[in-house]
Amino acid sequence: MSTVTVPPSSEPVLDEPPATKRRDTRAALIMVSPAVLLLLAFVVVPFIAAGWLSLHNVRLNSGRPATWFGLEHYTRLLTDPEFYRALFNNFIFALIVVPVQTGLALGLAMLLNRPLRGMAVFRTMFFMPVVFPMALVAVIWKLIYSRDTLGILNAFLDAISFGHLGPYDWLGNPATAMLAIIILSIWQGVGFQMIILLAGLQGISPTLYEAASIDKANAWQQFRNVTLPGMRNTLIFVVLVTTIFSFRLFDQVWILTQGGPDNATTTVMFQAVTAAFTENNVGRGAAITVIFFIIVLLITLIQRRLLREDREVS
Amino acid sequence: MSERTKTAPAPLDEVPLRRKGPSPLKKAGNYLVMIVITLVFVAPILYMVIGSFKPSDKVLNGLAGFIPEDMSLNNYTGVFARFNSPATGYFYNFYLTSLIVSVVVVVGGLVVNSMAAYALARLRWRGRNGVLLAVILLVIVPFEAITVPLFYLLNDYRNTYYVQFTPFIAQAFSVYLFYTFFVGLPKQLEEAARIDGAGPWRTFFYIVVPMSKPVFASVTILTFLSSWGAFLWPVMMVDQPQFRPLPLEISVFLGQPPTDWGQIFAFGVMLVLPLLVVFLIFQRWFIQSVASSGLKG
Repeated sequence: MSTVTVPPSSEPVLDEPPATKRRDTRAALIMVSPAVLLLLAFVVVPFIAAGWLSLHNVRLNSGRPATWFGLEHYTRLLTDPEFYRALFNNFIFALIVVPVQTGLALGLAMLLNRPLRGMAVFRTMFFMPVVFPMALVAVIWKLIYSRDTLGILNAFLDAISFGHLGPYDWLGNPATAMLAIIILSIWQGVGFQMIILLAGLQGISPTLYEAASIDKANAWQQFRNVTLPGMRNTLIFVVLVTTIFSFRLFDQVWILTQGGPDNATTTVMFQAVTAAFTENNVGRGAAITVIFFIIVLLITLIQRRLLREDREVS
Repeated sequence: MSERTKTAPAPLDEVPLRRKGPSPLKKAGNYLVMIVITLVFVAPILYMVIGSFKPSDKVLNGLAGFIPEDMSLNNYTGVFARFNSPATGYFYNFYLTSLIVSVVVVVGGLVVNSMAAYALARLRWRGRNGVLLAVILLVIVPFEAITVPLFYLLNDYRNTYYVQFTPFIAQAFSVYLFYTFFVGLPKQLEEAARIDGAGPWRTFFYIVVPMSKPVFASVTILTFLSSWGAFLWPVMMVDQPQFRPLPLEISVFLGQPPTDWGQIFAFGVMLVLPLLVVFLIFQRWFIQSVASSGLKG
C-alpha cells in the first residue's frame, strides 16, 4: 500500500532544557532502532541484493560461486515471449479487474449508503469474502469451476439456459482460465474497496446533495457533479492499490493453474517464483522482481502526479 | 480533499439521512437487489460450510451441492485421522505454525512499529527527518519485490518458524499508520505529563497508547489478515509438513489425489474459523480499519 502524504512531525512538546533533550534523544533512538534494524535487514538489504543478484548467475546449493552475468538476464527476459506473455496477462488482469472491481465496489458502496434498515447486515455479507485467505478462496473456486456438469457454475449455467450452455472446462481452457481467475479475485477483493469507497461517500457533505436537489439535478447529474468529484482522491487511491495488486497476482495462479494452460495464466510473480524456486535460477528470478518493482514504482509515480494536480486545482 | 482525517472515521452505521424514505415498492426492489447480491457473496462460503459436513461424493454434485444431506462430522474426524503421522504432518502442526507466526507478527509488530512511529512523530532527535523519509519510501516496496533475494539470503533457515515471522515484524506501512495517528493526537495531555516529569517512555505507554486504541486495532486486524493468509513466502521457505502453515497445507492437500472434497472443505472451515470469529466479534473495528487504510492521500 502506498502513495501517502506525510504530515510534518509535530514540534516537540516543550522547549526542553538540554538534559531533557538528551533523554529524549536516547529514548528516541531506542524506540526506533528495532524497526529500523529489522527494515534494514529484511527490506533494504534484500532490495539491494535483488539488483546485485539480477546481474549474476546464481544457483543455490550448487557449490559454485555466483558469476558476473551483466545484463544478460534482462536481455534474455526482454526477448522471451513467455515473459511478455506474463506481462500481457498481468496487464489484461489489471485492465479488467481495475475498472470492473472499482465500478462494482462503488455501486455496492452507493447501495449501502442509503437510509434503509438492515444495511449493516448486508455490509457484513458483502465484506465477508475479504477475511478469507486467497489460498482458501482458490480451493473453494476450484470446485465451483469443476469442468463436468457437476461443477456448481456449469450446473447453474445449465439450469438458467435450460441446458443450452456448457459444460465448460473453465480452468483448463486457455480462453477462459484467466477470466476464471479474474472472477474469483474480484469476488474476494471487492468488499475491501467497497468499504474504502463507502467511507469516502460518507465524507461528502449532505448539504452538497441538498443544494444539487434544489437545483433540480437528477440522480445521474448528482453522481456526475457531486459524488465523483468528492470521491476523486479515494477513487485514485483505490485504482492505484488495485493496479499494483494486479501485478502481484500469484496465490490463485499457483494453486489453480500453475500458469497454464499454454501460459494463459502465467504472471510476472509466478515466473519470478518458478525461476528462483523451481528452476533454481536465482539471478533470473531477481531480475524479474526488479522489473516488477519498476512497474510498481511507475504506477505509484503516475498516481502521485494525479493527486498533485488535484491539489493545485483546489 | 486536502483535509486529513485525523481521528478514526465516523462510525459507518450512521448513514446521513438526506432524503425522505423511498416508496414501499422501491424499497422492496432495493431489498431484492441486496438479497441477490448477498447470495453471490455468500453462496461459495455456504457451499464450503455445507460440503464440509457432507459425504465427499455428494459435495461435487451440481446445485445439489448446496443441499444439506447425510450431515455428519466425519470429514472433520477424517482430517485429524489423515494428518496423523510425521510424513503427513499432524493437523495441530499446521494450526500451531499459523498461530505462532500470526501472534509474533501481530504482537511484535504492534510494539516495534508503534514505538518507532512515536519517536518519529513526537520526539526531537537528530536524523529524525531522514529516518521518516526512508520509512515513507519503503512503504512503496511490496513484499513481492524482495521475495527472491530474501529467499536466497535466508536459504539456510528454511523450515523454521522464525524464518516465517521475522521478516514481517517491522512494516513500513504500519509505522506510517501509527505515525499519522500520533501526529493527529492533541498534545495537551502529553504536555501535562511532561511537565509533571514523565519521560518519553512513560508518556508513550501511559498517555499515548491508551488514547490510540483505534490505530492499534486497525494495525492488529490488517496484520492478522495478512499473516494468517500468508502463502507466497511459505511456498518458497517451507517443505517439511511440521512447519507448514494452514494455507500452504490446504494447497498441498488439494494436490494429493484422490481428492476428498468433504475433507478439504472441513480443513478450509477450520482454516478460516479464527478469522471469521474475530471478524464477527470485532466487525466494526474490521470495517473501520479497512476504511482508515484508504483515508490517506
